[in-house]
Amino acid sequence: MLGRFPALAGADLDVETGEILLLSGPNGAGKTTLLRLCAGLLPLRAGRAEVLGIDLARDRKRARASLALVGHETFCYDDLTVVENLRFAARASGHTDADADAALERVGLRRVADVTHGRLSQGQRRRLALAIALARRPALLLLDEPHAGLDEQGRAILEDVVRAAPAQGCTVLLASHELDLARRLATREVRLVAGRVHAAPRVSAEAAHA
Amino acid sequence: MTLMRGALLVAGKDLRIETRSRVALQQILPFGGIVVVLFAFALDADHTLLPRAAPGLFWAAVLLAALLAVGRSFGVEEANRARDGLRLSGLDGGSVFLGKAAAIAVELFLLEIVLGVVVVVLYDVALHDALILCCAALAATIGLAATGTVYGVLAGGLRARETLIPLLVLPAVTPVMLGGTRAFQAAIDGAPHDAWPWVQLLTAFAVLAVAAGVVVFGPLLEEA
Repeated sequence: MLGRFPALAGADLDVETGEILLLSGPNGAGKTTLLRLCAGLLPLRAGRAEVLGIDLARDRKRARASLALVGHETFCYDDLTVVENLRFAARASGHTDADADAALERVGLRRVADVTHGRLSQGQRRRLALAIALARRPALLLLDEPHAGLDEQGRAILEDVVRAAPAQGCTVLLASHELDLARRLATREVRLVAGRVHAAPRVSAEAAHA
Repeated sequence: MTLMRGALLVAGKDLRIETRSRVALQQILPFGGIVVVLFAFALDADHTLLPRAAPGLFWAAVLLAALLAVGRSFGVEEANRARDGLRLSGLDGGSVFLGKAAAIAVELFLLEIVLGVVVVVLYDVALHDALILCCAALAATIGLAATGTVYGVLAGGLRARETLIPLLVLPAVTPVMLGGTRAFQAAIDGAPHDAWPWVQLLTAFAVLAVAAGVVVFGPLLEEA
């Protein structure tokens, strides 16, 4: 709810396993709300939502165990280093330091592993958030404006991660305003306007031919 | 992950943050020291009153410093929405509660040791029963940390966190203030029989606060 108004209404959407779904739409359309709802961070006031076959109204904590969210914020602690933040997040979700270290390598942050989060650049923070998501080995990856703040190398890493996801059985929901970049990755696009799925789903040409 | 392993993970994280940021060392500890010294200035005119009032003044200083520690503990969870990261991690709410309360308790123990030395020296207090002092301090600190952690998460997500935490915590920890003061007074007076009932009260409060925290912290973390 945004005040007295529902943030999402009539957002009827099915996503298949292994899909890379692009959520597009203007500011305030409900993209972030939809992703946070899928992540189980917002309560479902009405309607029905299932994530990975789990009813969010009944057991959103169980659903969270198999998903990861890269949001506007990094969910990190400023006074912990990159590797400490990463290992804490991995251990807390039942994964190992090896998972954390592998994710660190994948996003190219080894050089700043011992730098505290508070001293990282915006782009490095975004990469760390992506690494934390990868360390969880998610079956559902939720990406909210993932291109924001990333340099060319960071964007290339992000694209590699997203493109590799379906082969690993991972479904991706991607909300972005950088439509040219996002459409290169997506296998389907859905446009949200004022909390409603506004346009008929369509397959993105480039991804379909890939 | 078991309850205790999760708690150790969270406590280790919180203590590492405090060690690195030095907020506890450079702000909370000096704050407690300043409160103790100010009390000494305020009551110095009456040399017999200061040693008699020492237990109450000590626990008042600890309570005030504890409010800062609780606020700090939940302040770090609000920066970068780390609190959402905890929720997404799948850690049991009870684990997060025990870990955060344990980290606050460790900070308070260290604070109490330093403040205790300051009080003994500055207030000219003679200690007679160290066992009672230690037992009372242990139980009081656990109760204080557990209660502060429950109300800390309740107020943590609100913009008025800094003012709301004292408003919620201070009335709730009245038994700690009362029991700690009376037990310490009896220990200073060399009257252990008068102290143990207060230690028992503090222990009962600590057990209840920890049990309640394990149960309610998870839902509060989700909804607050």
